Order: sequence, then structure tokens, then C-alpha cells
Amino acid sequence: MSLPAFVLLGMFFIWPLIRTVTMSLHDWPLLGVPEFIGFDNYVKAFRDNQFLGAGAFTIFYTVVITPILLILSFALAFLVRRGTRAHRFFQTIYFLPVVIGLASGSYIWLFMWQSDIGPTTLLLGDLGLLDPRTNYFADFWSAFAIVVTMVTWKVVGLQMLLVLAGIQGIPEDVTEAARIDGANAWQSFWHITVPLLRPTLALVLVFSVDGSLLAFDQFYIMTTGGPAGSTITAVFQIYRTGFVQFDVGYASALSLILMLALGLVSLGQMLLLRNSDNS
Amino acid sequence: MTTTLPATTATLLPDAAEVPRRQPVLPRIAWWAISICLAVLFLYPIGVMLSQVGPDDIAQIFDSSKGLSVVQSAGNSAFVSLVATGVAVLVSTLAGYAFAKLPYRGSRIAFFVTLVTFMVPFQAIITPLYLVLRDIGLQNNLLGVALVIATFNLPLGIFLMRNSFAAIPASLEEAAQIDGASAFSAMWRVMLPVAVPGLVSTALLSFFAAWNEFFAALILITDQSLYTLPVSIGILSADANFQLDFGLMQTGVAVTVIPCVIVYLVLQRYYVAGLLGGALK
Repeated sequence: MSLPAFVLLGMFFIWPLIRTVTMSLHDWPLLGVPEFIGFDNYVKAFRDNQFLGAGAFTIFYTVVITPILLILSFALAFLVRRGTRAHRFFQTIYFLPVVIGLASGSYIWLFMWQSDIGPTTLLLGDLGLLDPRTNYFADFWSAFAIVVTMVTWKVVGLQMLLVLAGIQGIPEDVTEAARIDGANAWQSFWHITVPLLRPTLALVLVFSVDGSLLAFDQFYIMTTGGPAGSTITAVFQIYRTGFVQFDVGYASALSLILMLALGLVSLGQMLLLRNSDNS
Repeated sequence: MTTTLPATTATLLPDAAEVPRRQPVLPRIAWWAISICLAVLFLYPIGVMLSQVGPDDIAQIFDSSKGLSVVQSAGNSAFVSLVATGVAVLVSTLAGYAFAKLPYRGSRIAFFVTLVTFMVPFQAIITPLYLVLRDIGLQNNLLGVALVIATFNLPLGIFLMRNSFAAIPASLEEAAQIDGASAFSAMWRVMLPVAVPGLVSTALLSFFAAWNEFFAALILITDQSLYTLPVSIGILSADANFQLDFGLMQTGVAVTVIPCVIVYLVLQRYYVAGLLGGALK
């Protein structure tokens, strides 16, 4: 009965995975004759400033957005942690953007921040805070800030939910005991809740780090990689190599390097998770 | 050193007397103020989107003068999502049942291998995936995209379905077998009704993933008339001079977003349970 699953996984997962490896060892134009070139693609990758730049930007993006998501998801979860009707109502609202696709969210925020016509741009212009004629997507830092805010809006609800589930997993008598022993809210949070939430913390990290390292939609739609190619991510560069420049052999090598990086990150996070199980 | 106290007793309960006591963190009014402000911030982009939907734009979503219309892309999206969801639910129900209730030699390893698929995102194997689909004649084909999306939702689906089936007590199965039911009809008649919550979760997760999928559709579909909503919105709202028609764009987004919001609000319980089931079990 598991045969259909294996057929699908074999055809659309294992076969392409094996082909990634063999293709990466070839000079393989999309519409031409492949030629075996050994590890040349890998050598090329580590000298390719475009790819290295995309990798560096991806890491920068991940390093910026991960703590933001982590802190805000904990803050939101603690704001709405109780099971009362009002708490559940706000949980529903904060989670709502999660069901909106990343592409749809990108289109909305692209419009919000348009110069002269974007509602947010106009609003901030009326308040005298920003110049509504500014093209925010032409400057690296403002474009980057808009993308980071959009992604935070879109995914923080999911992480809030994971933290909420973690909090609910903490037995109440533990915090109760601390309270009786005279711990204040801050002490009880820092010394009891946080240590017990370490597995949740690791899980939230896995979600945001893996998601950020694979970022594509938001930059493709909102910044189109600009200004001057400064917001091209690793997946974006693989897309350009394989489907704009049609160099699929080289794109496969870049994919394998990305996969290896993701594997190392996952391994690190699994170790973190295991350590927290022991404590 | 003669005795070692467990580290926890030392760190868990610090001496409270030395720390000045604080007031309760959030008085009720402040809680409401903060919660409402945040709610406004979270809902504001959705309001912006809805505010752009005018009668002209609604008329335009049927306009196929560009060889494609919002309504036509919505049809493509619906096809991909329904096929992907159907395949993911059917295949993961079968496999989940087998892994939970019909152990065979090597089934533990097979289950483990299935879960490892979780670790490799399809973005990383998209290039050969494109060639594989070309080889089997499913490149630039909505069915091909649906099967790819279904496959990459399988690990989560199999995981959820296996957990649902594993939670059913063996006595139920035995009762069915005593009554002379085959393994398949035991599953169909007895097990499936009990596993409905897991099934609904799997279906919802697959549907949201497929409906919102951008990257796979962008690459695996080359024919504009076959584009799904997330991909076509950008193309439809651009004119020949790359000027964007934001009214039409936001209307297209509304067509994409509103079904998801409705499904979420109606089936919230199952969707959230599915997410947590996938993440925490």
C-alpha cells in the first residue's frame, strides 16, 4: 500500500536527486550536448562572485530575520497565551497572514510601498514622516527593510503558534510552584519557561533558518533582485543560472552546494535539539 | 566537594527576597491597547488589498486579451491544487496505514527514508526536476506541477496519517477482522472514519501549499495560458512598457487570498492541529 508513495518519491525526488549529482559534473547546456567536466563546476562556483555574493546576501538575510522572528513570536505568544475568548480572537488575527501565500503577500507590499500611489507611502507622507516621491525599492536598505517586514508579518503567526503549543506543554504546577516560592513574573519566565521551551526554540529556529536560506518569491517579486543585483538570494541565482542562462549543469552544482549548506545547518539544529532533550 | 546538587534546583528557584518585586506585567487596559494596535497592523495589508478592488478591475479579471485572464489562471490554480491535494491525501492515507498497521520487513527504514525527504527542499533539485518532467512528457503541464507539489507534501502527509492510524486501538481492527473483513475493507470501513481529522489536516496543508506555490509553477510551466494565479498576477498587471496596473494586481491577489482566508476561518481547528501535528509529534 505504500507503493504509490514510493513511485512518486522515486520519480520526482530520488531520480532528480541522483541526476543533480551527475549533471553537476557536466557542462550541460539546456538544449545541447552534455560534456563531462568533473568538478570544474564546483571550482567555478567558489570563484564566481555572483554566486558568492548571492550566498553572502542569503546568509545576511537569515541572520537579520531569524532573531526578529524569534523575539516577536515569543512576545506575541506571551501576549495571547491564555485560552480566553479574547486571547483566541487575537491568535486568529495574528495567524491570518500565514494562510496568504508568500507571492500574494509580496504583491500587496509591493503596492503598499510604491512611490506616489502606495497607501503606506502616502500615509507616511501625510504625516510628514517620509517623502512620498521616494522609490523605496531603488535603495538597498529600504527595499531590504520592506521585505523583512513583509516576511515577518507573513510568518510570525506560525511561529507564535509553535511557541504557544510549547507553552501549553509546560505543566502548570511547575510555574505554580515557582510562584508560591516567591518568583515574580520575570523570574518565572526567565528561569522556568525559557529553559523548558528550548525544544520549541530549536523548532522555531529550524523553520525560520531553513525558510530564509531558501528565500526566493519575495525578492523575485518585490525587488527583482535589485537594486543592482544586491538582493539576489542563492535560490534566485540558481534560477538565473538554470533558467535564464540555461546552464543547467552549473545550476545543479550550485544546488548541491546549497543542499550541503542546508544539511550542515539542519545537523547543527538537531544537535541543539538533542542537547535540550538532555537538560 | 562531597555532594553534587542537581543543577536545576539551584537555577530554577533563585532567592526571591533579594530581587525587588515588580508590578504585574500588563494591566488589562494596556493589554487590550497593545493587542488591538497589533491586530490593526496585521490586518492593514489585507485592507489595502481589498480597498483596490473596484468595479473596473472586477470586469477586467475576465479579460483574456493578453492570452490569459485572472479567471483562467484561477482555473489553472484550482486544477493544480485539487489534483495535488487528491493525490497527496490518497497516497499518504495508503502509505500511512501501511506504516502504522501493516509492518513489513524494512518498513521502519522505508518510513525513515520517507521522512528524510523532508530535509531536501524541492528548490534544491528544481533543475533536474525540470528535465525529468521533460523526459516523461509532463513539462509545461499542469498535471506535472500537481504531481511534483503532491510528492513534496507526501512526507508530512504520510507522517500525519501514520500518526492518526497508529492512535487507533488494535481492538477495533481485530473486531473488523473477526467479522471477516480484508485488510483493505478494514481500512476503508473501520479505520478511515476514525482517521478523518488527520485526513482533513493533510488535505488542508496540501491545498494551501499547492494554491500558493510560486517557484515550482514559475519554472515548470512555460506556457502563459497555463500559469497559476501567483505567477500570472505579475504578468497580467504589467503592460507593454512594464508599467503595473496595481488595481488589477490587487484584484488578482484578492482572488488568490479570499478562498484561503475563508477556508482557514471555517476549518481553523483542523488546519492548526495539522500544523502542530506535523511540527511537534
